[in-house]
Amino acid sequence: MRREDIKQVQGLKVAALVSVGRHPVTGRPRRADFDARAVEMGLSLVAPENMSLLHAGECSPERESALRGYLGMGIGALDVLDQPPEADIVPALEARLREMGARLVLCGARGEMGEASGLVPFLLAERLGWSLVSGLAQIESVDGDSMTVLQALPRGQRRRLKVRLPAVVTVDAAAQAARQSAYGPARRGELRRIEGEVTPDAAARDWNTAPAKKRPKRLKIVKAASARDRFKAAAAKAEGGGGQVLTGLSPQAGAEAILKLLREEGVLR
Amino acid sequence: MLDVVLPILIFAALALALAGALRRIGLWRQGRAAPVQLLAGLAAMPRRYLVDLHHVVARDKVFANTHVATGGGFVLAALLLIAVHGFGLESRVLAWALLAATAVMFVGALRVAARRKDPPARLSRGPWMRLPKSLFAFSVSVFLVTLPAAGVLPAGFGGWALAAVLALVVAWGLGEMFFGMTWGGPMKHAFAGALHLAFHRRPERFGGGRSTGLKPLDLNDASAPLGVGKPVDFTWNQLLGFDACVQCGRCEAMCPAFAAGQPLNPKKLIQDMVVGLAGGTDAAYAGSPYPGMPVGEHGGDVHSPIVLREGRALVDADTLWSCTTCRACVEECPMMIEHVDAIVDMRRHLTMEHGNTPNKGGEVLENLAATDNPGGFDPASRMNWAADLDLPLISARGSAEVLLWLGDGAFDMRNQRTLRALVKVLRAAKVDFAVLGNDELDSGDVARRLGDEATFQSLAARNIATLAQYRFEHIVTCDPHSFHVLKNEYPALGGHYDVSHHSTYISQLMAAGRLALGQWSGGKVTYHDPCYLGRYNGEYEAPRNALKGIGIKVVEMERSGFRSRCCGGGGGAPITDIPGKQRIPDMRMAEINATGADIVAVGCPQCTAMLEGVVGERAEVLDIAELVAAQLAAAPAQRVKEEVTA
Ligand code: SF4
Ligand code: SF4
Repeated sequence: MRREDIKQVQGLKVAALVSVGRHPVTGRPRRADFDARAVEMGLSLVAPENMSLLHAGECSPERESALRGYLGMGIGALDVLDQPPEADIVPALEARLREMGARLVLCGARGEMGEASGLVPFLLAERLGWSLVSGLAQIESVDGDSMTVLQALPRGQRRRLKVRLPAVVTVDAAAQAARQSAYGPARRGELRRIEGEVTPDAAARDWNTAPAKKRPKRLKIVKAASARDRFKAAAAKAEGGGGQVLTGLSPQAGAEAILKLLREEGVLR
Repeated sequence: MLDVVLPILIFAALALALAGALRRIGLWRQGRAAPVQLLAGLAAMPRRYLVDLHHVVARDKVFANTHVATGGGFVLAALLLIAVHGFGLESRVLAWALLAATAVMFVGALRVAARRKDPPARLSRGPWMRLPKSLFAFSVSVFLVTLPAAGVLPAGFGGWALAAVLALVVAWGLGEMFFGMTWGGPMKHAFAGALHLAFHRRPERFGGGRSTGLKPLDLNDASAPLGVGKPVDFTWNQLLGFDACVQCGRCEAMCPAFAAGQPLNPKKLIQDMVVGLAGGTDAAYAGSPYPGMPVGEHGGDVHSPIVLREGRALVDADTLWSCTTCRACVEECPMMIEHVDAIVDMRRHLTMEHGNTPNKGGEVLENLAATDNPGGFDPASRMNWAADLDLPLISARGSAEVLLWLGDGAFDMRNQRTLRALVKVLRAAKVDFAVLGNDELDSGDVARRLGDEATFQSLAARNIATLAQYRFEHIVTCDPHSFHVLKNEYPALGGHYDVSHHSTYISQLMAAGRLALGQWSGGKVTYHDPCYLGRYNGEYEAPRNALKGIGIKVVEMERSGFRSRCCGGGGGAPITDIPGKQRIPDMRMAEINATGADIVAVGCPQCTAMLEGVVGERAEVLDIAELVAAQLAAAPAQRVKEEVTA
């Protein structure tokens, strides 16, 4: 993208949370794809000098070279909050973000290693008490205390939202692909190690971890007589079927309806 | 009167020329340091000029003679002029010699003038159009003023009026030939060219040698620039080399990208570098432009970026990314200028400093870093094509006579057919060979030519470490790019191997009588020389011998051998994919079709892919290995042998 196309927003403090990714074919550490897209989105808003990169985790030479992949996008420095693997990184991130005075936090929708639960942005937004928007395709404009964004919905649909700042947003494959990482800035950029408080991850202590298994896919049985029918079936929108649109309810009634559904589906018992 | 005026004129011109020379040297010295042997280079210069340079010039016989007459006549005339008229040496012999020299020069000038009457498009015009007149001015006026000294005419003949006119014409001639030589006229090529030959960055090229491997960047030196972003980032002898260009346009006439209408013209590129080193704009350039780009909109100076990533500077990025690194320009350049080195230097800056590799470039480089192959395939699937062939792994055996280097063609279904054919030939000849299997990585060719020296060096270092574990006598490969990189670019990183292209190895097997072969009975066959086998490595004979060995008489194309035209597949050009008016492989296929051949024999996976990608009527594309393997099957002797061993 050309420099002059970027509608630079003055005075906005943007931070992107970045993690060490894992290449899907070879498993080598790399910059994580979604996180890199989040950085790209940040660079569409502010100049590289006004963009902070934040990583919470361990430091090892291998991980360091993966993190340098983000610096190769033209950003001068990356802050590494030194956290052992068994730590809960959310409190450390929260403290650092408050200290920095960030108003917009961009994250990849989920990591490529470790828990990769995609929960960090949610937990973080909860602790910070900020708004959270997931699956951003684009930030259209920022003015003062709010911004207009396009949220990606399935099948290429977009929803325009007005979001109050400060906010945490997540980015996935719907956002613009990240720019190429260049060797020179990656090598020169600074990795600033920051010691901070470590909160043990109490919840994770009782977990058992096992290698992930591919989830079985539900087969869609299509009885089609012709190629045209088969094509139509493949391209058709998934029909919600038993869905229900509730409007004009009180929050109480709405919550009860949701609870009822969750019980029916066996999610809650 | 002339005996007073002439020495003044001569010494004034010499003094100005000297001042210009010092200024010009200062301009070159703005570049970075380079390891050059100054004295040895100067000592070798006359030979390089008379033998090596003339060897290239002599490809155009008529012009070579013209140049010998004009240039030789001038050098002699200039020296004698200084002696006879500058120092006033009274010697009839010298005067007659001077008359002879100017006469020879005059004859040369006549032919220069004839060529300039209706010059081909590749020649620059502008100041170059006045050059024949200046040559006449110099040779005729010096001839005339020497006549009295030679005793042909009495001194003072013609009175002061004639003397004044003559003095003016002499001044013109001296202005062009002495002053212009160092202040930037067409004659600059003689001064800069001579020094460029002396301080050439690839002295190995002289005396019939070859030096084509790109020079490594020292990545451990954090202060060294990553490639060339501004003209000052070139080494000083590269800047000097650009200044030596005579704007003959031989490079332009050979450049496939220029012919395809892509925005590249090697001559203009070199001239733009001259603009960069001296400062200014390209408005005075009087040759063919970059296709589709008007002249006069670019400019810069030695400390400004060459490629502005937005807006305009010295050159546009598309110009640099159009090059296929085919080396046709370098091969053809009489001044032995190194265009490809310069282009890759500038690409290195764009890729390594800005991450601006166009189109699929970024993706390919990322794949190479993450999966060690440009396609992003699972590196563990490199040997899938040979699942049924039971190829011996060198890791299981430790040694073999021949290490078969597969190249990334192992992932390509078309090239797998070539590889299978090659394996068949090697087995038929009972060659003791083995493969690296999944331990083989991309050679780094594409990464390096896309300017990603870091990825190249990482791949090269790991390949060299793998190869160091095993014992083998030769590496054989059917990929000229791997061949070139292993043979010419790994040595600088510590890997020294005896590498052959499969056509070379097959022709050796044939010569040793190790292959029982049938005779070709198919249609007409032509052969396309791959750039990285031919111009990069001088291998023109072996592929033709291999074809001869199965009874194929190659119908040569007009552009073949060292003048073969690129298929368009080198230098990452298919990846950066800069649009032009036509496609390079289509142009090459038209040349193939013009021979009336039914089959074009190739020796490179890249050429195969490019030429097979041509739509419409075309010759069939078959690798030399496939053609030879087909004759194996037809050979009854071979079949009998196989039955016996089975
Ligand atoms: S290497 Fe080939 S494509 Fe590149 S400038 Fe020279 S002739 Fe043109
Ligand atoms: S670069 Fe070489 S071939 Fe091209 S115009 Fe200049 S002197 Fe001639």
